[in-house]
Amino acid sequence: MNREKDIMDLHTLTIHEAHEHLKNRDFSARELTQALLKRIEEVEPKVKAYLTVTSEKALKEAAQADKMIAAGEITPLTGIPLAIKDILCTEGITTTCGSKILKNFVPVYDATVVRNLKRAGAITLGKANMDEFAMGSSTENSAFGPSHNPWDLSAIPGGSSGGSASAVAADECIASLGTDTGGSIRQPASCCGIVGLKPTYGRVSRFGLVAFGSSLDQVGPLTKDVRDAALLMNILAGYDPQDSTSVNKEVPDYTTFLKPDLKGITIGVAREYFIEGIDPEVEKAVKEALHVLQDLGAKTVDIALPHTEYALPVYYLIAPAEASSNLARYDGVKYGFRTGKDENLIAMYKKTRSEGFGAEVKRRIMLGTYALSAGYYDAYYGKASQVRTLIRRDFEEAFKKCDVIVTPTAPTPAFKIGEKTDDPLQMYLSDIFTIPVNLAGIAGISLPCGLAQNRLPIGLQVIAGPFEEEKVLQTAFAYEQNTDWHVQKPKL
Amino acid sequence: MKITRDQVEHIAHLARLEFSEKEIEAFTRQMDNILTYFDKLKEVDTTSVEPTSHAIQVKNVFRDDEVKKSIALDLSLKNAPEKEGNFFRVPKIIE
Repeated sequence: MNREKDIMDLHTLTIHEAHEHLKNRDFSARELTQALLKRIEEVEPKVKAYLTVTSEKALKEAAQADKMIAAGEITPLTGIPLAIKDILCTEGITTTCGSKILKNFVPVYDATVVRNLKRAGAITLGKANMDEFAMGSSTENSAFGPSHNPWDLSAIPGGSSGGSASAVAADECIASLGTDTGGSIRQPASCCGIVGLKPTYGRVSRFGLVAFGSSLDQVGPLTKDVRDAALLMNILAGYDPQDSTSVNKEVPDYTTFLKPDLKGITIGVAREYFIEGIDPEVEKAVKEALHVLQDLGAKTVDIALPHTEYALPVYYLIAPAEASSNLARYDGVKYGFRTGKDENLIAMYKKTRSEGFGAEVKRRIMLGTYALSAGYYDAYYGKASQVRTLIRRDFEEAFKKCDVIVTPTAPTPAFKIGEKTDDPLQMYLSDIFTIPVNLAGIAGISLPCGLAQNRLPIGLQVIAGPFEEEKVLQTAFAYEQNTDWHVQKPKL
Repeated sequence: MKITRDQVEHIAHLARLEFSEKEIEAFTRQMDNILTYFDKLKEVDTTSVEPTSHAIQVKNVFRDDEVKKSIALDLSLKNAPEKEGNFFRVPKIIE
């Protein structure tokens, strides 16, 4: 191979490609990390994917990784430079959650997923931008300004894990971690033309993940291809005694399910996901993808998910209700921003929270407080929790007839920055196809399946039942191996 | 109107938030729109449907009551906006 050419393009590698090279000593973890830091220097002023870049720490970790490799202790993640969403606690590295209220917060411990990645020898390049407290679909709610879509810098990268997605699409990291409460991994993956997996609730530890909607939040990978998602899942998945909602269930080697065909697989297609208002280019791309899947041996059946239209109101009651409780901890006492110190305690709380939180976070705290307040609980939170049961049952019924369900990830390609900031309800519609998966607690992936005429990516969502990540990975991998959307790159 | 200005002010107090006159007006309007949209849920018959608070079955997780290593005192105070000795400092509560 041409070593010099490869070194020039190191930032474009996937996890599995970089791993082969590191194993063969074609280059060192240090050289790989330097290549990524150089790439960040070049394109970050345009993309703004990161809130913090930890160059020095990254190079130290690279030296550690090179020692591991020299000692023959290489794992598939050893020496791989990653970006971490700024919602995951990283010991000694500022973790802001995209909020002014945590602007100077430096965690004293690592999230379990971060610790597991470190143990495997992975390298942290920095912390990725996000909508404040993961509330948003565009990164426009970040207190530190939006990230940009590498395919069109005037477009949103999606959200809330928008920095994690744009960093992968712009080759500013090899892969990244995000979190998904209502679509926050899959929708930005769709907007940026990459792969994003939301695992089953309980599959991955939430310890050290700053809580938003505790019954919905999950950590997952954003990657350049499906094999990389499987490799990261091998590290992320598993029981953690420090998260009592994580499930003690064996973790398979997800890469063993990556096969080139789909013989014996039945795909469910729900008419409720091809609604009025869906962009015609998105509909066309997803329907073409279904033909590809059929050609690979999959059978398709029509299924019904009749309560889909209620998912959005259910989510926007349950998630804000949980958030209003979770965010009560930001009171200016134990950590984070404080103002109004000369006043009484209640006045100090109010000043601190009102100045520290942005508009969307306050809107959701207000909604959630209202939905949980005396006299309204039954009509709002209680009702939403009951309809949530019906949404979950829809999926249970559907999976009696099929292995996976294929849908669009988002109703439209990425919209322009500023286009929807004045209308919260319009913004909420971006997650209409991803939210039901969180409410049901099941697994979903988004992978690229087309480019719109304006050259913005279109995403395909594959959904499977609880703890069936291997089925979404298998379906996504077979599709990917027979198409070339995942190798298309934005021109930056 | 689903929600009044007075209610919005009351909710703000419960949530320990305060808003300018202009913000209260904007919130009242936006929350009214959103709550009207939520009325859609009234269409669904949920008679005798159990609520879901967690998508997977969760049960109480017990562990032995053993003393384990915890975060050291200086570290737990490290991010405090104000501290005094080994304490978080807050405005005077008791007159």
